[in-house]
Order: sequence, then C-alpha cells, then structure tokens
Amino acid sequence: MRYLPLNANDRAQMLDVIGVKSIDDLFNDVPKSARLKGLIDLPEHQSEQSVEQFFQRLSNKSTPAGSLPFFCGAGAYKHHIPATVDHLIQRSEFLTAYTPYQPEISQGTLQALFEFQTQVALLTGMEVANASMYDGSTACAEAVVMAHRVARGKKSKAILAPGLHPHYAAATQTLASTLNIKIDERDTRMGRDVNVIDLIDDDTSCVVVQSPNVFGEIIDLKPIAEKAHAHKALLIAVFTEPVALAAITPPGEQGADIVVGEGQGLGVGLAFGGPHVGLFACRQKLVRQMPGRVCGETVDANGDRGFVLTLSTREQHIRREKATSNICTNSGLCCLAFTIHMSLLGDAGIKQLAALNHEKACDLADVIDGIDGAFVENETFFNEFAVRLDRPAAQVVDAMVEKGVIAGVPLSRLAPDADENLLLVCATETSSDEDIAAFGTALKEVLS
Amino acid sequence: MKTEGRPTSPVAANGNLPQTVSGSKALDQATKLIFETGTPRRTGVDLPTPKGTKSRLGGHARKGEIGLPGLSEPETMRHYVRLSQKNYAIDLGVYPLGSCTMKHNPRLNEKIARMPGFADVHPLQPIQTAQGALEVLSVLSHWLMTLCNMPAVALTPKAGAHGELCGMMAIRARLDHDGASHKRRVLVPESAHGTNPATAVQCGFSVDEIPANAGGRVDMDALRAKLEGLGEDSDIAGIMLTNPNTCGLFENDIIEIADLIHAAGGYFYCDGANFNALVGRVRPGDLGVDAMHINLHKTFSTPHGGGGPGSGPTVLSEALKDHAPVPYVVAGKDGFDLVEHPTNSPGAKSFGRMCAFHGNMGMYTRALSYMMSHGSDGLKQATEDAVLNANYVQASLSDVMTTAFEGTCMHEALFDDRFLKGTGVETLDFAKAMIDEGYHPMTMYFPLVVHGAMLIEPTESESKGELDRFIQSMRSLATRAKAGDVESFKQAPVYAPMRRLDETRAARKPVLRWTPPSDVAEAAE
Repeated sequence: MRYLPLNANDRAQMLDVIGVKSIDDLFNDVPKSARLKGLIDLPEHQSEQSVEQFFQRLSNKSTPAGSLPFFCGAGAYKHHIPATVDHLIQRSEFLTAYTPYQPEISQGTLQALFEFQTQVALLTGMEVANASMYDGSTACAEAVVMAHRVARGKKSKAILAPGLHPHYAAATQTLASTLNIKIDERDTRMGRDVNVIDLIDDDTSCVVVQSPNVFGEIIDLKPIAEKAHAHKALLIAVFTEPVALAAITPPGEQGADIVVGEGQGLGVGLAFGGPHVGLFACRQKLVRQMPGRVCGETVDANGDRGFVLTLSTREQHIRREKATSNICTNSGLCCLAFTIHMSLLGDAGIKQLAALNHEKACDLADVIDGIDGAFVENETFFNEFAVRLDRPAAQVVDAMVEKGVIAGVPLSRLAPDADENLLLVCATETSSDEDIAAFGTALKEVLS
Repeated sequence: MKTEGRPTSPVAANGNLPQTVSGSKALDQATKLIFETGTPRRTGVDLPTPKGTKSRLGGHARKGEIGLPGLSEPETMRHYVRLSQKNYAIDLGVYPLGSCTMKHNPRLNEKIARMPGFADVHPLQPIQTAQGALEVLSVLSHWLMTLCNMPAVALTPKAGAHGELCGMMAIRARLDHDGASHKRRVLVPESAHGTNPATAVQCGFSVDEIPANAGGRVDMDALRAKLEGLGEDSDIAGIMLTNPNTCGLFENDIIEIADLIHAAGGYFYCDGANFNALVGRVRPGDLGVDAMHINLHKTFSTPHGGGGPGSGPTVLSEALKDHAPVPYVVAGKDGFDLVEHPTNSPGAKSFGRMCAFHGNMGMYTRALSYMMSHGSDGLKQATEDAVLNANYVQASLSDVMTTAFEGTCMHEALFDDRFLKGTGVETLDFAKAMIDEGYHPMTMYFPLVVHGAMLIEPTESESKGELDRFIQSMRSLATRAKAGDVESFKQAPVYAPMRRLDETRAARKPVLRWTPPSDVAEAAE
C-alpha cells in the first residue's frame, strides 16, 4: 500500500522490541465479541490511477458552474479565483500544518490569521474579528448564543428579521432551541412586510438582520440599531456575499454590535457548499464573549514581534463546560485563501470587483424587466435580486436547464412555504454579456 | 564557477552570530505585515473597468477608503511563500500531536477535490445537474456506515465538535420525542476532550464528571454507583466517551458501560476522534454506540490546513437515525435526490439543520479517495501500523521516560513528567527542546488526568527509520534533562524562526488586529 512505509520485516522487528508475538496482542483490550475476523465487506485497495478514474467519472456526472451561463447565488457565489490563491494554499507548510499551538514554528499560519482578522474588521467596519467559524450560517447561530450570553440570562428572546437566509435561520434555531432562547416563528417567515423595528422590546437580547438580505435588498441598519440599543439589545448584522461589503455602507458604520457572514465569495470555491469560511466580527468590548479562536500580537524572548493564539480562557480546551462555544477546528485554510485573495485585490481591486458585480446584475435586471411574465421585485440590490415569475420558479429553472442555462434558485427550495413564483438570481464578474443575453433568450422562450 | 585559487572550504565557524541589517537570516526571511508593505492603490488583479453608469444601491454606496492594502502578484507570492517557511508541517517532519492524528495527506486527494464536478458545483443548483456530487455523498455514506456497522450517517457536521453537537442533538430530539425531557444529565469522564463537556452544555444538558481509575480508564465502581438501580426513567440522557480514550487506551469495559447507560434510559455518544485506532478491526456499532462523529481530517487524512477545515460526519444508531439533521441524500426515481427540510424527513422527526448547505464536500471527496485507495485491507493495515508505531515508541522510551499507565497502548503513547521530577525541566521546556531537534512537539498537558502529560501519536505514516531517529532524539533529551542541563531547556527553542513567545502578554492586553501607527499613538495618549 503506497501510503504505508512499514514492511513485514520492520513490523516483525518492532513487535519484538515491544515484546509481543503478533499485532493481535496489541488489541487484547477489545472485548472478544467485538473483534472482527477477516476484512470488512468493502472493496480492497486500488491504484492511484483507478481511484482517479472513478472520481473522474463521477465528476463528469455533474454540471460545473463554469461550463454554462450560471446565475445561482443565495449564499454561495461564483467568482473568479486568481491562480495564485490556489497555488499558495497548497504549499505543504500551510496545507499540512495543524492548528498553531506551538507559535515558534507556526508564525506563517499565525501572521496570516492576524492579517485575516484585520481584513475582516476593515471590510465589516468593526473593531475586531476572530480567526473564522465553519461558515456564515454557523457564525450566525453562534452570534445569537453570544448575544444571549452578553444579556446574562436576563433576556429570553432573539429576533430573526424576515429576509435572513432561511438556512441561517434554521441553523440558528437548531442551536438556540436547546438553550431556551425564544425565537418567534412568526418573525422568521419569508414575508417582506414585517417591520422588524416594531418587534424589539426589553426582553430582546438581539435582532438579526441580513443586508443585502436573501432577496438581495439592501437594508438600512441604522434605525434598527438605534431601537435595539434603546432596549439594550444587540444588532447582529449578517451578510452572505463578502464582495457586497466593498460596495455598500458596512454594518460597522451603521451601529452593528456583531457582524457575521460568509467569506466564500473571496478566494474560496463553491465546492457544493463547503468548506466555506464563516466571518465573525464584533465590538472590542464584547471580545471576551466571542466564540472561536483568535490570534493576537506579542513579542518573543528577543523582543521581536510575533503572533500567538490568545484569549483561550474562553475556549473549550481550558474552560470545558463553561466555554463560550465548543468550536475547535474552524476554517483555517479557507481563511488563508480569503486573505491571499484580499491581499491581491487591495482597496482598489475589491472596489472594482464590487462595481463589476453590481454592473452585471444591473444588466441582468434590465434584460429581465424587458420580458413578459417576469419582473424584478427589488428596489435596491448589489449582485442578486428576486424575480417574480408568472408560474412556479422551479418549473422555469428546470426548463431553462434544458436550454443550457442555470437560471438561479427558486425561493421555495430554501423555504418550502415561501412564494413559489419567486426566483433568486445572481450575476457576478464571471457573467459575460453573452451569458446574460442567453439568460434573456432562454427565459423568454420558457415563459412564452 | 572557476574555483582555482579560491577557497572552497569554509573557515571554522565562530560562535558569535552577527545581527543582519535586513532582519532576515538566510532562508528565514523577515516578513512584515501586508499592512506595512502594501498600499490601497496597488492591486494584483487585472479586472475590466466598469462603465459605472448604473446604480441600484439606493443611496447605500460605501464611501471612503476601506484601508485594505494591495500587493502585486509577485509581492503576494513572495509574502505568503515567506510566511509558509515559518511553519512546521507534516510534509516536513514528524508531527506526533497526540489525539490530532497528523498523518500523510495524499496529493491524489487534492487533485480529486479540485475536479470541476465537485469543486465548481453550487449547493443549490438544480439536483439533476449535481448528480456526481450527490453520488459522492452516497458512496461515502456507504463506506462510513459499513466501517462502523451503523445504519445511518449525518454528513453535514463541519468538524468534530460540530459532529458532537449533531450526535447530542439527535439524542435530545429522541428524548423529547419520547416525552423524556427530564433526562438532562450527561456523564463525561474527566479525561475527555474539552469539547465534550462544552458540547453537552451547548445542547442544554448538565455535565456530571466520572473519575478515571488507576489504569487510566473509566472508574467502573464510580460509574456503577452513579447508574445502578436508577432505571430507564432516570434523569440520565447519556454518556460521552472517547474510545480509545484520550490516554490512548481501549476502554475494555465498554460493553458493560453501554449496557449500564442503556439500562438507565440513556444513549451512548462515542467521541470518534480516535477512530483511526479501530478502523477495519473494530466497529463501533458492535460496542453499543448510539452516535459517533468521525473526524475526516484525522482518521481519513484530509489536511488540517493550519486549523481546518475539518469535517465531522456522525453515525447514528437505529434509535437515533430518524432524528438526523437535514439535508441528506436519498435514492430518488431518477437518480439521487436530497431531503432538505425537516418536514420531508421520515415522520418529520429530523432535529433540523446544522449549517447552510451539505457540509464539507471538499473533505468528502478527499476522505473517500483515501478510503478507496486503501480499501478494506489497507485501512486495516493502516490501523495496525498506527498502533504498532505508537507501541514501538512507547517501548523504546519507557526506560528513560515514564509511561503514564502500564501495558500496551493503542494509537498513541502517553507519558507523564515523573522522569523530569527534580530536574527543573518541565513538560513545556521538553516540548520546546524537541523543536530544536527538528520535531513538532507532542500534545502536552493533555489529558488532564496525567501530570505534565506528553501524548505522542506517530501515526502509520512514519517509517521505522524516521521513528528510530525520533526515539534517539527523545532519549537524548531525557538524558540531558536528568543530567541537569536545565538552562538549555529553558532557552529552547533557539533554532526556530522565533524564540519563546510571551503568551501572557498577548492575553493581558489583546492586540487582535493591525492599527495604523497614528491611531496607535493616539490610543496611547
């Protein structure tokens, strides 16, 4: 077996040193009834070539987003990733290192994390950020639990504004349900007419608002923050598309106390939904309640600047049942991809990227507005928006697949009780003028 | 090069090393933060210029500079390559972190994960266009369920701790479904990973600690005292037990433990962090386990990436499987389909959703590639080699270091600090000295049940020759410590890119991001 260096001779010598007769003697603590005889009923080992062929066949059974006009967003975004990013994250020293527990020989990972935290803080307009969560949805769930902790059990309610991505709402409800955090089902429905401000009261620990929301609409967070703060509640701002933050007023400038979101759109591929990278930023004064790992600056014995994982007294390996979260492994390598992509872009690059995304989405909206049976519902948007169709969106999407266009995400796929005629579409810098024209042609044919 | 008349052999080195002007030391390049070298106007990407004629931002446009420095492509490449060279890695040398399982990461897996039918597929694109990706989920599920002899697996948990949440939430959902919401007490051995008690509390359970016995295993008398005679209607929700446990020992009373917990109406959560010691030789389903997460990034070789991403698929017993989280893959009429909403799960009993999409696909492809490469025979051999390597290290060091417990171990060898008693050298110093020897230190001060613990997990990826060199270094360090060479241990590491870092200072006054120098000056005023 190509991955195993020991040979029969080595094994015999080693058993001898250990002082046992056979490998079976090392498994003597296993109860007799549970000792397997023979091999498990699975195929035996295969060559590299044969495994590769197996996966190549499976890969061919999926349609890659890059192979046709493609307009799905709703939490995962198709962007171009510079070749430099994927090359660098495959460096052995990054790829095959563990969590940087020994800082003297982990400065590469640690400095990159420090840069990552700074970039996330700048992009969100917040004071500090952690070293990542699993994804945007779990970051959202942890933020609600954190807000509950900040309220020290004096408040029982979290409000999830309509327009929060239904998967984020669901992941949050899963975690909150076990901790007696009340989440009013009424507040999570996909209606667009609920005024979240009216729901905030003294029993509210936090209000969770996504902007741009799942419909793509950009939300003015300021009045929500003001009402929340008047009731000593925290505003948790959520985003699913990090590129949007380069184009719109960041949540940190609008009074958000915690900002969470998905970082996949910068440097990380679609990968059928994972691994992605959860971003988590907050006000400095809340930092000791923050979940997850965090990297901080210090000096070494020579007085030289270096970085370490810090504030670990919040974490499970020290605090055990009193920890702020059980999170341990997070999204290290995806943070690195995010950071490298951000370093390549810089202010100028990311603003240009954001402007291109917005322009493509405006072009797409113009095309759709000219088609009978379809109209764009949004007043505002960044790179995705909701289209009202004259028939169920899932049918239209299926019919457009036949015409070689992947049109977007029917809202009903995210939330079964949602309006089935709504389609969420997204355009990015990868959408060519030809792709947008193909979308228009296919939609017109399907609706006619 | 013409070498005649030129010296080609060096003069003898003298001990005084000069300071360099650049701050670099040959291959070890000084590397400032990008915020100190980049500028907001520079960029390493060429994008088309937007026409800028349309705006639907509705007055929400971001104003002013974000403050993000940009680097050209060569500067970016150099910056991150330099940083990478300050990291230790499994590709560089022995990385014997106990409980973390730093095994070889095959590059075939990287290649496969990047195939466009997996890497460039959107989680919400029409199901008929994602059949290859769904087939990976299905085949991986089959392998995991078969290796564990369990009837179901929830793939979506994003890491081990997330898998723990998944299993404990399934237990809670089952208890609530049975009207047993008074069952809220979870037993956790004191040797457990910190994630176990943290997870139990995050699921709304209370934690009751069980002591270890002198042999490093669950104290059965204490466990029986807690459980016997309670009956099914007790307040016991379950037990969270790692097996092999964090001392690297198989819990030989495991079947009795499972029986006791079941008799008290509770469920058995097994922390599968150490499943790599069992694959192909023992199936958790044969031990009475109700739920167990599998760290694909430990047992099945997906790279740790400097702290993730991981993946924590969680196998579930017959009693729990209907409560599995959504989404999951099922066989449909025309190929594979997905159950994406709890209302569509059998009896609508799914406890809900753990994350936005389908878990970490990028880890599924890598792990399945690893499993298929090994096959049932290779997986068993890998398990045996991992256990053999750990025992070889233990046997080869037990005369100069002190093993925590008598007898053979499983996949990791646990030492305590008795052999350092009176030397002035502590476990931490010993670990830092290993760095100078060219090794990543073992896991230290864990498990908590052993004083000054040193937990060594060599994995099956190390050759005998590499282990012999490692053993030689460890023996020499132990001898030096006992000979009273405290000073050199306290100074270590001296050959690493940095000397010992001040972690106390970092925590006392946290600096968690770069701030422009002018702001720092203002803050100081």
